[in-house]
Amino acid sequence: MSHAAMSSELFNKTIVELAELLAAKTITSVELTQAVIDRTQSVEERVKAFNSFDAAAALAQAAASDARRAAGQSLGALDGIPIGIKDVIAVTGQPLTASSKMLANFVSPYDATVTQKLKKAGAIIWGRLNLDEFAMGSSTENSAFHTTRNPYNLDCVPGGSSGGSAAALAAGEAIATLGSDTGGSIRQPAALCNVVGLKPTYGLVSRFGLIAFASSLDQIGPFNRTVEDAAITLQAIAGYDENDSTSVKVEIPDYRAALKTKKGPWRIGISKEYFGEGLDPEVAAAVEKAVSFYEKMGCVIKNVSLPHTEYGVGVYYIIATAECSSNLSRYDGIRYGHRSADAKDIVDLYYKSRAEGFGPEVKRRIILGTYVLSSGYYDAYYLRAQKVRTLIRQDFLNAYNEVDAIITPTTPTPAFKRGAKADPLAMYLCDVYTIGVNLAGLPGISVPCGFSSSGLPIGMQLIGQPFKEADLLAIANAYDSAHDWAKRTPNL
Amino acid sequence: MSVPEDLNIDRIANLARLALTDEEKVKFSAQLADVLTNIEKLKQVNVDGVEPTAHAFPIYNVWADDVAKPGLPVEDALRNAPEKRDNMIVVPKVVE
Repeated sequence: MSHAAMSSELFNKTIVELAELLAAKTITSVELTQAVIDRTQSVEERVKAFNSFDAAAALAQAAASDARRAAGQSLGALDGIPIGIKDVIAVTGQPLTASSKMLANFVSPYDATVTQKLKKAGAIIWGRLNLDEFAMGSSTENSAFHTTRNPYNLDCVPGGSSGGSAAALAAGEAIATLGSDTGGSIRQPAALCNVVGLKPTYGLVSRFGLIAFASSLDQIGPFNRTVEDAAITLQAIAGYDENDSTSVKVEIPDYRAALKTKKGPWRIGISKEYFGEGLDPEVAAAVEKAVSFYEKMGCVIKNVSLPHTEYGVGVYYIIATAECSSNLSRYDGIRYGHRSADAKDIVDLYYKSRAEGFGPEVKRRIILGTYVLSSGYYDAYYLRAQKVRTLIRQDFLNAYNEVDAIITPTTPTPAFKRGAKADPLAMYLCDVYTIGVNLAGLPGISVPCGFSSSGLPIGMQLIGQPFKEADLLAIANAYDSAHDWAKRTPNL
Repeated sequence: MSVPEDLNIDRIANLARLALTDEEKVKFSAQLADVLTNIEKLKQVNVDGVEPTAHAFPIYNVWADDVAKPGLPVEDALRNAPEKRDNMIVVPKVVE
């Protein structure tokens, strides 16, 4: 194969493939990074996945990676691999906007822990990826800057909130990306864009340097082209961090090695609550085919009951908005962020800076969150939601007495058209299958499992036990390594 | 969908220190009423004797050693301040 022919497709390769080419010195990180930059420049006008990118900074990191490798000091599989970062995760000296006017001019004074860890693994920190403002939404239509398109159909949404992270990877504008997931914001866009998206167990990955939305639910995780790539990326970012008091001290196993050592057969649960009304028949059929695959490989398929599933969306929109109304009180126009130019006094400055800086969905959620926490309503809404949360979590823990993982559709439907869900409640209901995982703090992964008749990607979700990502990844890899949905790249 | 009588949007917006336009007040009231109606079904759940979950995994009293560590240099900490002077953030007058 000629060098030129190969490098034209470098941007669609996996971390595993590229790490081999880099190690064999068939390619350099500068060549790879340039290929990703060129690809981005050629398709970004249509995809709109990025808020900003710094090609010079990426190439400088790539040159440093090549120098390390030449000196025999490669840092491993991620050394020299360009990874895009959702624009809620801090990278020193780069913009950090949360796709909000409030932070349009904010520049990070420090690195998030995950950014530090990726740098230590030699990854090229590449680009700031679009999202729904402050990660509130399921389509990226709530971005204050622009809506990201689904690379498989530019009239459709890529999902959200991490829509830029999913679309950039699907479009070949990055080799992997990071996102954050509060109610499905990694798994849902991954399903809609034909990539793998992993939400780790609450506490496995540090949130230091992540812009907070709902602190009892938020978790950072990777988007990848294969489950094996997800194992490599998770390895780099997982682990206890003294700067995040909610990160947990657990032993981090070798996730990639686990894909080979853990071979099943597993006990896999199906819950009827995830296959009911509102589920698109093509999505149901694709997931049922994946269930048959596991059955044929010798897994035991068991029905499990998650009876409180239907209350998940309600519990989520009380807890998440309550926490967001508290977290976003820091944006007051004083120390950083947008400051109104025509305030009469300091109190007026708070009201106007927030009114001008926040978009409609963020305002709606602050209002709802403030309401459910306000005097006289706290017990009826917030406290009751926290109790139902206990029951939802208990449902999962009961199921794990009988099964190793639970398989569900990731989303009720494939990607929908831009503008199709103008009503906030309709948009909230998109998250019905992903929310329980956040409420219970569990790990969940979306894996591509087919296409609709109109050519839109379909994803299945596997839900694992707390801190057992090694098992979850092995189960997901058994399917993923035997299928090649992710190789079906979009025509752009 | 009608707005519940107790959804006083002015009171809530005031608590949230958020100036809303008249148009936003009307629109948000109706949309929030829809969401609250959907949430009503939580009242069907029997939660007698159920402990509330604040975090998925209980973590209590995470202590850090009381040791000074290097922090952000002042110029970095103030880099994003809307208005600053002499290493301080400038705000409107707060006392008459």
